[in-house]
Amino acid sequence: MKLPIYMDSHATTRMDPRVFEAMKPYFMEIYGNAASRNHSYGWEAEEATEKARKQIADLIGATPKEIVFTSGATESNNLALKGIAEMYAERGNHIITQVTEHKAVLDTCKRLEKQGVRVTYLPVKQDGLIDLDQLRDAITDKTILISIMYANNEIGVVQPVKEIGKIAKEKGVLFHSDAVQAVGKIPVNVQADGIDVLSLTGHKLYGPKGAGALYVRRRNPRVQITAQMDGGGHERGMRSGTLNVPGIVGLGAACEICRQEMPEESKRLRFLRDKLKDKLLNELDEVYINGSMEHRLPHNLNISFAYVEGESLLMGINDIAVSSGSACTSATLEPSYVLKALGAGDDLAHSSIRFGLGRFNTEEEVDYVGNKVIEVVRRLRELSPLYEMAKEGVDLSKMVWTAH
Amino acid sequence: MAYSEKVIDHYQHPRNVGSLDKNSPDVGTGMVGAPECGDVMKLQVKVNPETGVIEDAKFKTFGCGSAIASSSLATEWLKGRTVDQALEIKNTDIVNELSLPPVKIHCSVLAEDAIKAAISDYKKKQSSRKPEAVAVS
Repeated sequence: MKLPIYMDSHATTRMDPRVFEAMKPYFMEIYGNAASRNHSYGWEAEEATEKARKQIADLIGATPKEIVFTSGATESNNLALKGIAEMYAERGNHIITQVTEHKAVLDTCKRLEKQGVRVTYLPVKQDGLIDLDQLRDAITDKTILISIMYANNEIGVVQPVKEIGKIAKEKGVLFHSDAVQAVGKIPVNVQADGIDVLSLTGHKLYGPKGAGALYVRRRNPRVQITAQMDGGGHERGMRSGTLNVPGIVGLGAACEICRQEMPEESKRLRFLRDKLKDKLLNELDEVYINGSMEHRLPHNLNISFAYVEGESLLMGINDIAVSSGSACTSATLEPSYVLKALGAGDDLAHSSIRFGLGRFNTEEEVDYVGNKVIEVVRRLRELSPLYEMAKEGVDLSKMVWTAH
Repeated sequence: MAYSEKVIDHYQHPRNVGSLDKNSPDVGTGMVGAPECGDVMKLQVKVNPETGVIEDAKFKTFGCGSAIASSSLATEWLKGRTVDQALEIKNTDIVNELSLPPVKIHCSVLAEDAIKAAISDYKKKQSSRKPEAVAVS
């Protein structure tokens, strides 16, 4: 077993060696510009990108022509929201999203608000899911777009996408979903789910960084998007820029592997995740799972270890790569806004750890991680005045603290 | 973020972890911080009332590695000092000793606050005893 153990697959994933092999020829042998129409270098490059387009489309139930290549999901989200707001400005100026979206959606919405777009940020329930009645009530005749993520990057909860798709269709509103964490991990089908626009990226599904895509529906309805970057008019005019051929080949190959292996892989990861969860819950007291366990990605676990601060826990398990919702681990010194939105209290956000299992994790690693976390949590609780007080029966919520 | 060797050492081998009897008249207890801010420090001193010298110091901290190290270091420094000398410990001394980066300065401030709170608790206990002592003599 090699240390440190990587268990942070919501941040990024290691590239699958098969993906790397597929990409290799496209750096130094087949290096043509996919837009070069008059020689074989260009044709070969184009052939490769068209194959990838189909591989991506097949994974999400789309057609190849509906795939627009981008640099990743941040760009895809920006292009979707800004491009739709601009294209449909005459129809309306209202967008509905929700509070636990990724910053690539939230900050894009903030910018659109400055430009006069009205944005509704739906709250989430304690399980991390939106309330469909609140969504229905938020829709007005000015609403042009609903943007709700498929699965959350911190707590892994899967939103009721099919129902959202139905509501959107019923009301004649477009539905965009940031599906970065879901695609390749659980079945995503833009037809069955009623999704009109969808963001995905390569590096979350064992593909390369810097290669992503935006699915844009061409039929029922035909979605139009105003380009946000001017240039050669690539990608049906929606996204100019020379195609990143090796990256796209890798993204395609990664999608195909995911499509073939998803049933087995998700079963295996669910087993490992549940093993880790059961171990932590059985051997430690006052451990809380953040977000719905029922509607959740099979490889995600987000747990708060009460009375232990997240950064100090990470420091103790420094041979394991995971992340925390603690303020001390963030650039802003604010605890995770996703955990805060669940209403669990800032103290539990400070105590949270996110485990993201992936294709290359083994059972031996999961056992090691479980034991190590338990050992360090116990040690830090010995050090924790809060744990001592709780054991003495002091109600911490009734204490008067000197906030600083 | 990379931690200094001293922070790691205090985190891995914290000095003087534990609790003293908070009801004892010779023990001063300081508890600062708040769970929702991500750090709470409890620092206790046991003072010899004759000499005013701190004979023992204990801490428990909920917080990041730098907060644990700051309070661990504080207990080391407190032992053997008089109550007045204890108040001379400044957060900047802790910052320098542990090479804390700017984002962790608040941990040292919290440790200084904990020292002050513990000493003030001790002094309060002593002054409330004095009239009684006078009455007896």
